[in-house]
Formats: sequence, C-alpha cells, structure tokens
Amino acid sequence: MTPRDAGATTADRVTGRRRRSASSRVRQDARTGLALISPTFLIVLVMVVLPILWTVSLAFQSVRLLNIRQTSLIGDYSVDNFVNVVTSDGFVEALLITLVYSVGGTALAIAVGLAAALALRRPFRGRGVVRAVLLLPYVAPVVACAFVWTTLLNPQYGLVNDWGAGLLGWDEPIAFLSSRSNDLSLLGLTVPVPTALLTVIAFEAWRSFPFAFLFLTARMEAIPDTLEEAAMLDGAGAVQRFRNIVLPQLAPTIAVLTVLRFIWTFNNFDDIWLLTGGGAGTQVVSVRVFSYLTARGDIGAAAAQALVLALILAVLVVGYLKLFGRTEEQT
Amino acid sequence: MTATRAQGLIRTTVEDQVLRVLRWIVIATLVAAAVFPFYYMVLLSFRPLESVLQDPGSLWVTPDEFTPSTYSDVLKSQDDGGQGFLNFIRNSLLVALGTVVVALLVSIPGAYAVSRLEFFGRRQVSALFLAVYFFPSILLAVPLFVFYTRIGLRGSLIGLLLVYVAQVAAVSIYMLRNYFATIPVSIEDAAAIDGCSRLQALRHVSLPLALPAVVSNALFVFMIAWNEFLFALLFLVERRDNWTVSLGLSQLAGSIEIPTTVLMAGSVILTVPVIVLFFIGERWLTGGLTAGAEKG
Repeated sequence: MTPRDAGATTADRVTGRRRRSASSRVRQDARTGLALISPTFLIVLVMVVLPILWTVSLAFQSVRLLNIRQTSLIGDYSVDNFVNVVTSDGFVEALLITLVYSVGGTALAIAVGLAAALALRRPFRGRGVVRAVLLLPYVAPVVACAFVWTTLLNPQYGLVNDWGAGLLGWDEPIAFLSSRSNDLSLLGLTVPVPTALLTVIAFEAWRSFPFAFLFLTARMEAIPDTLEEAAMLDGAGAVQRFRNIVLPQLAPTIAVLTVLRFIWTFNNFDDIWLLTGGGAGTQVVSVRVFSYLTARGDIGAAAAQALVLALILAVLVVGYLKLFGRTEEQT
Repeated sequence: MTATRAQGLIRTTVEDQVLRVLRWIVIATLVAAAVFPFYYMVLLSFRPLESVLQDPGSLWVTPDEFTPSTYSDVLKSQDDGGQGFLNFIRNSLLVALGTVVVALLVSIPGAYAVSRLEFFGRRQVSALFLAVYFFPSILLAVPLFVFYTRIGLRGSLIGLLLVYVAQVAAVSIYMLRNYFATIPVSIEDAAAIDGCSRLQALRHVSLPLALPAVVSNALFVFMIAWNEFLFALLFLVERRDNWTVSLGLSQLAGSIEIPTTVLMAGSVILTVPVIVLFFIGERWLTGGLTAGAEKG
C-alpha cells in the first residue's frame, strides 16, 4: 500500500477494490467469451469461410476432377473460366429461367401465405390444428414431397391426369414435368405455356407458402384492434380496412419476406433437381453448377458459375434494398 | 349524406358476406392442398401396384387390397430382396443425431458468449454467423467437394456431419442467443455473488432455464439434417452402404424395377419422423416458453 492510499477513507478503498475486481471480471469475461465462441468460429471458418475463398481461387484456375491433386494456391490464374461460362450455350437462358423461377416462386408463395394468414386471422374452433397442418409442406422432407408430386403428375399413372381425363375431359395426358411448353387454348386464343417451369414454380410456392404464412401471422397479431374498430365505425368495408390499415402494417414484413424467399429460391437446387433434373426448360444456374461439377468434372467452370450466381444475387438484393429503402423514406 | 352512408352499409354487408364464404373456401382449399399429397403418399404405400396402374384416381384402399408388405420390402436389406432402407435409416439417424449433439455442444457456449460476454470481435462474429445463414449451399458445394475428394473424406458419414454442423451452428447460435437474452442477468449475478464462475452460472443457472429453447433447437437441427439432400447427394452418391434415407429414396425413384408403391412406403418412412417431431416440438415450445424465470 502506498502512503497516499493510507490517507484515503475506507469508502474510497472499498470502491477502488470493487472497481479493480470489476475490471478483472471484464478481462476474464473477454477471455471466457473468446474461449466459448472459438469452437463454432473454427468450424465456420474451416467449413464455410475458407471454402468460399477457395472457390474464388478455383474459379480463376483450370481445374478438372482428374487433375485435382495437382492444384494448389499457386497456379496459373486466368479469367478463362468466366469467359467460357458466360459465353457458353444456355447460360443466359439458365439465368433467365432462374429469374423467372425466383420471382414467380417468391410472389406466389407470399400471395398464398398472405391469403392463408388473412383467412385464419379470426379465431375459430380447430384453428390451431389448421395452422399446424398448413405447415406440413414446409417441414416435410423435400425428397418425399418431390416424389409424391412426380407420382401425382405422372402422365401414365398419375392421379392428376386421371382426374383431368375423367372430370375435365382432357384429350391426352399432360406431361407436367417433361414438356417444355404446351399450347393452351383459352377463349379461342392459343398461347404457348412453359408447362414444366410453371409446375416447378407451383411446387416451390406449395413448399414455401407456410413460411410466409408464419411470418405474416406473427405480424398481424401485433396490429392493434382499435384501428380497425374505428374504421369499421366509420363504415369502412373489409376490403377497405385491408387496403388502408392491414396492408400498410404488413408492408415491411412483406418486404423482408420478399428478400428472404428470393435469396433462397434463387439458390434453390433440390426442388428442380428432384422434379425435372433440370430438363424441359427448367435448368436453373444451381443445377448447371452441379452438372458441371459432377457430370463434366470441370471444377473451375463450376466455381466460376457459382460465383457469378452469387454476384448477381448480391447485386439484385442490394438493388432491391436501395429501391425499397428510398420508397420507405418517401412515405 | 345519409343515403351514401346507407349505401356504404349495404356494400359492407354484401362484401362481408362474400368474404365470409370466401374465407372458408380459402381455408378448405389450403388444407386440402397441404394435406392431400401426404394422404396420397400413405394411401399409395398400402395399395398393390397393379391396382394403382389400373385405377390411379382412387382415393381409398379396400380391405382386400390392403398391402402392408411394401414396408417390409423397402426395409429389408438388398441381400434379402429388399431395398435396404433399414440401413439408410441407421445412416440418417447417425448423421442427424450426431449433428444435433455436436451442434449443441458448440453452439450453447457460443450463444451464451455472444449474448452475455463482451469480447473482442463479438459483433463481427454475430454478423458473420448471420451471413452464413444466407450463403448459398451451391457455392459451398464446389470447394467442399474438391476438399473432401482430396483428403478422402468424401463418402464418409463423418464428413457429411461436419458440413451439417457448420451449416446449422450459426443458425443455432442465433436462435439460442435470442433466448439467453430473455433470461434476466440478475439471476446470474446472484449466482456470481454465491461464488459461481461464469461457466458454473451457465451450467447450473442459465442452461436449465433455456432448456425449452435448447430442446426446440435440437428438434430443428435434427429436422434439417434428416431432410438435407444436396450434400448427401454430392458426397455419398457412390457409396450405397452410406446412403441416407433422403438420398436413397431419390436415387431409387428413377428406377423402373422398383414398384412405386414400395418407394411410397420408403417416402412415408422418410416423412413420418419429421412430422412427429414437428408436432412434439410445437407443444414443447408453447409449454416451455410460458414458464417465467423472473420469480426466482
């Protein structure tokens, strides 16, 4: 103890000790925190961050599955893969299909989810069961769902075509998952319809509307009843109340949902691979990446393609956020 | 003025009536759309193939048609003339349960650290984990495929498990962190005064309180690992003995020799555990979250 300390009051000394023990606790907490987070951090670093950096490196090299053992960080770097990928047959088409698929799937899933949330808004007997049941398509394994859908839509022994022929008088079975386009006659007009693409979009909407439904239901429960009651007294009909009160309250949630669903649908591989294998005009970019990787064994091209996909997605999402952020400021 | 008011009222009632009917139509359609494929799955798994081919539109199974043998056919090993799904179930269980255990072991301390402790890089780490949630798996597929091929982990269940842990650990930390944040710090301070270290406080005070979140998180991770398809396909496709149920079903689905009804039985086997867990999990969540901690 220094002489100065000796002159200090007892109270000072006590706070001093407490401060010292508090700061040692802060230091200890910092150490414990790092120790506790490091296992997760290590796994994420090794299994996610480093592989992504490596993808960038691979995308600039000429790597095939056959010469995989000779590759290293120091190689011949070039942009050949990117040039080849972007100019290759069907890349632009795949990109367009990916866009149509993501926009269609996202919009349909959110629309159906919104309808479900609105229909289940007022309590009724058995609402809890109905809610749980509506989540089934979202929680069930995608492989099982896709298998049932392919069976249901099968042109030879599928239930949909059987009923279509029996009840709707279809002349010939529709190959929902293997025909690129069919002519649809409506009011004397014949329009070509991308059958398989529409079917995979419908599947995507069926599988992910429960996610939108969950999100929107949670947000709706937070809307105070008083607003709507007041509007009702003023004679506003249900549609007016929805347009002027409920919808504006849901808008931010719908915007977030749009981003989330768009990202996931844009990268989706499983659904299309399982339903069509990427045939009949449904080859999205992720399926292309997969076939470059496994069927052709062209790792460099696969990496370049995956990077291009991720970059386009990033640009789209950032652009959307910018646009949405601005409209938000205006209102 | 009164006339328009009255018109408004009439319009409102007509509108309300239309919507009231429309609402039930929407509910009925959605329930049918959500349930029907699963009903059809179960139905087909019990029908003989010949009758399905003859009458695909039938919605029930007659007692003399009832064929439960599809299940033994799909479960039996290949040597016994089956499809070996029992082995696939074992693989799926090993990977999924392993993923749950490892993911929880790393993410419980991690979530605690992120929610309670101030350390260097805490915010950056949280942001990184959130970003991992949005990384496209197809982007990871390429380097992991190469990496695993080089070090010889491709085809092994351990390799798959590690990928799953990396995919879910970040999400799990995110979920658990939110729950830890709802547990009052005062409880832990009380434990600290009683001489508990941080780790002891986590183990004896916060963890028991967070148990509902841990359980629902475990169910969530199990379901993700059980359902996963892309990485299983990428790593295990050449090793039939290591196939998971998802991969097995998808690989056999294209074959002409195996009857669709038998594979439907496999499909039911793949789906039932997830749906059972989902309903258990729902109850756990609502039951557990209501128990208050502030009283203690």
